[in-house]
Amino acid sequence: MMKAVNQSIMKKDAMALVTGKPVYTDDIAPQGCLIVKALRSPHAHALIKKIDGSIAKKVPGIECVLTHADVPQSRFTIAGQTFPELSPYDRKILDERLRFVGDAVALVAGSDEKCVDKALKLIKVEYEVLEPLLDFRKAKDNAVVVHPEADWKELIDVGGDNKRNLIASNKINYGDVEAVLAKCDVVVSGSYHTKQYQQAMMETFRAYTYLDLHGRLVIVSSTQTPFHVRRIIATALEISKAKVRVIKPRIGGGFGAKQTAVMEMYPAIVTHLTGKPAKMVYSRYESQIASSPRHEAEVKATIGATRDGDIKVITVHSLWNAGAFGEHSPTTVTLSGHKSISLYGGFEAFRFTYEVVYTNTIAAGAYRGYGATQGIFAVESAVNELAAKLGQDPAKIRERNMVREGQLMPAYFNEHATSCTLDRCLARAKEMIGWDEKYPSRAMGNGKIRSVGLSLAMQSSGINNIDTGAVSIKVNDDGFYTMAIGATDMGTGCDTILAQIAAECLECSPDDIIVNGVDTDTSPYDCGSYASSTTYVTGMAVVKTCEALKKRILLEAAKSLHCDSADIVFDGKLLTCVKTEAQVSLKDVANGSMCGNNTTLFATESHCSPVSPPPFMAGIAEIEIDRETGQIELLQFVAVVDCGTVINPALAKVQVEGGLVQGIGMAMFEDVVLDERGKIANDSFMQYRLPTRLDTGKIRVEFASSYEPSGPFGAKSIGEIVINTPAPAIADAVYNATGVRLKELPITAEKIFRGLQALK
Amino acid sequence: MMIGFWLNGKKITDEIAADMSLLKYLRSKGCYSVKCGCETTNCGLCTVWLDEKPVLSCAVPALRIEGRKVVTLEGLQEEAKVFGRFMGEEGSDQCGFCNPGFVMNVLAMVRELKNPTEAEINAYLSGNLCRCTGYASHMRAIQNFLAAKQRGAV
Repeated sequence: MMKAVNQSIMKKDAMALVTGKPVYTDDIAPQGCLIVKALRSPHAHALIKKIDGSIAKKVPGIECVLTHADVPQSRFTIAGQTFPELSPYDRKILDERLRFVGDAVALVAGSDEKCVDKALKLIKVEYEVLEPLLDFRKAKDNAVVVHPEADWKELIDVGGDNKRNLIASNKINYGDVEAVLAKCDVVVSGSYHTKQYQQAMMETFRAYTYLDLHGRLVIVSSTQTPFHVRRIIATALEISKAKVRVIKPRIGGGFGAKQTAVMEMYPAIVTHLTGKPAKMVYSRYESQIASSPRHEAEVKATIGATRDGDIKVITVHSLWNAGAFGEHSPTTVTLSGHKSISLYGGFEAFRFTYEVVYTNTIAAGAYRGYGATQGIFAVESAVNELAAKLGQDPAKIRERNMVREGQLMPAYFNEHATSCTLDRCLARAKEMIGWDEKYPSRAMGNGKIRSVGLSLAMQSSGINNIDTGAVSIKVNDDGFYTMAIGATDMGTGCDTILAQIAAECLECSPDDIIVNGVDTDTSPYDCGSYASSTTYVTGMAVVKTCEALKKRILLEAAKSLHCDSADIVFDGKLLTCVKTEAQVSLKDVANGSMCGNNTTLFATESHCSPVSPPPFMAGIAEIEIDRETGQIELLQFVAVVDCGTVINPALAKVQVEGGLVQGIGMAMFEDVVLDERGKIANDSFMQYRLPTRLDTGKIRVEFASSYEPSGPFGAKSIGEIVINTPAPAIADAVYNATGVRLKELPITAEKIFRGLQALK
Repeated sequence: MMIGFWLNGKKITDEIAADMSLLKYLRSKGCYSVKCGCETTNCGLCTVWLDEKPVLSCAVPALRIEGRKVVTLEGLQEEAKVFGRFMGEEGSDQCGFCNPGFVMNVLAMVRELKNPTEAEINAYLSGNLCRCTGYASHMRAIQNFLAAKQRGAV
């Protein structure tokens, strides 16, 4: 029986957060910081012919006005990824070519917001307005080139060519796709379009910077990737990495947005050039127009099957809109195939091809799901279409074809499904919603019709052979532990979850583990909290560190017990020699280690996994549609998740519920619309409609745990997978109610109405 | 302009610029629980009480508080702890950035509505956005809190 793992333990920071303590970046920024703001491009594509900040500089209180002439000239990427990054080096802090509406033209730093706002209006810019490239379907080999510069580079060849607006491309084949397709009884094929959704974490992007007593640049930032930010900013400023220190306080949500160093470079260069502390807090408007949203995608999925419903072949082609810069583009796109096709086992062939293109729109980045979301919308919708074409129940066709434990996953880098209860997830989700009674739909007798729709999903647990998490633990006075981590708790509760794992190993209470993170000077290296890696990767580092620390504790105890450390057992409090029955407490060992001692009760270990075992889930929506108007209401959504062992059931449940509602937002409410000049129309929460608590219907979540041998206490991951099922499930529920198959998000009353009209 | 008002029970007289929002003013006075999430009165993060009624402080010019009582979460610490513990037990604090505005509104709701239904609770709090939780754990926390109140446990 586990005492700390699989317990719903309250987050360590909970009481501070619910009482509104000042723990976030802008709450702890020193008074008197320079305020930094950016002048934003009104044009989607333009060259700065002339820029004059001399009048702006004369506004009282202004410290500096920076333009592209004031910044280092080498290009870099702001994607928070392990070096060498797969994202192209296509950025400067400020560039004379402006590539989207909202691109930074100049920076102003001054003593307060008022003078900075005034100065921003007084910067004189002469633009040469260029034709923008707005349609990603026309981007490849377009006459308009977004990145014509000669110094554009990719550190690793991912099939890009900036002269063709191409960031990455690839073709992956398994088996003889054409031959298998030719012998299939049924083939369905469709293109599915998703937009540039905003993560919309409640705390916008922000950071403050200062020089410490050694003249080093300190960046306090709301970031998911402090160590990557250190490298990125040093590269951007062309200074030694030893000159940069990054600290992460509490973070007001991330969802991947803060896996890109969207704005740290702006206050950093102000402090670097002026020597003065500087702060930048993005407005919501800036966070909507100049950030790192999900990649817009058009994913074409083709599925071939026998007339009995055995899936024999799947092909996916993803066209990916990177926007103006390439952050996370070559990587997100790969998930759209690998993590959608692999939901199925037993096929004879698959093909996954993709192209990632530049356009003059907001640069996309990482968003929970990281490309799998777009791919799963396409493949799961196509499987639903296949079921309809075969006249089969969509649940039955999954039961026939879904991946099973032990099966080889050819589209998932030939890994085996070492832990998988997807079958149980689906069975339980069906039971919870009453699928067999409700599928496909029921007329309610008042012009309304109720229906259900389902989707499966998977994700990964960290990036195998790359993601690295280290942990260090030391024993302090009276035997309490301090654990330093480089993983970033952004609200998910990883500080607590990692303490639970440590407490289970060290047989103590999670309260006895003090968790510190993150300061790049003092925390052990961790690539950061992304790719659903923290529990699985850093969690294993905790297990390894505890093992190493226990050995040291035993060695120290052996001195006072006068016996061999191999003969000592440790129960968390007492160390007992099994031969002599002599005992010493951890407290005495700890305190003794601080006097006349040449050894240290400290251990640090790193972990990287050779595999990335996927979590799996099933999600089912029940909706009600008004057949006259197309009005749609989500009545309920049920989900059953296999994330391996659940380390903290309460926190895992909230991850699922929150991810589902984010997915519901993407499916039904959120939209990004460009006007003809490339300006985003939905640039505030007035227009960009997040789901409220009136929109979600009843959400019910359960777990069907497998045991993953390579994870800490059998755990996999949970953070990202949970956003993937709502869009395909709700889209199929719409079909089951009306016969209208929607292939572009969001699913709105208007689209359903138009679909109904078209059917008539 | 010089005005007088009560902030968390303390009488304050201060010089306030005419174009300053109550949100910015309160943060400048060290009330860091008051957060800005949107600038367009859509998120509820900046909720404070003005004469015991919840308002969005981003939409109130600071001068309007002349002679009135302003309460932020800094002034409701004990109540926040009592309700907040129910949030913590559900894990519904999450990133925490929306918590202060949400807790202010929940505490106002508890004063205003007797035995509210689920629908009434959702309607009352519909202006408080949260991107982490999906809201279900908020409801569990509120219902557990209301039940505990009813049996006199808190």
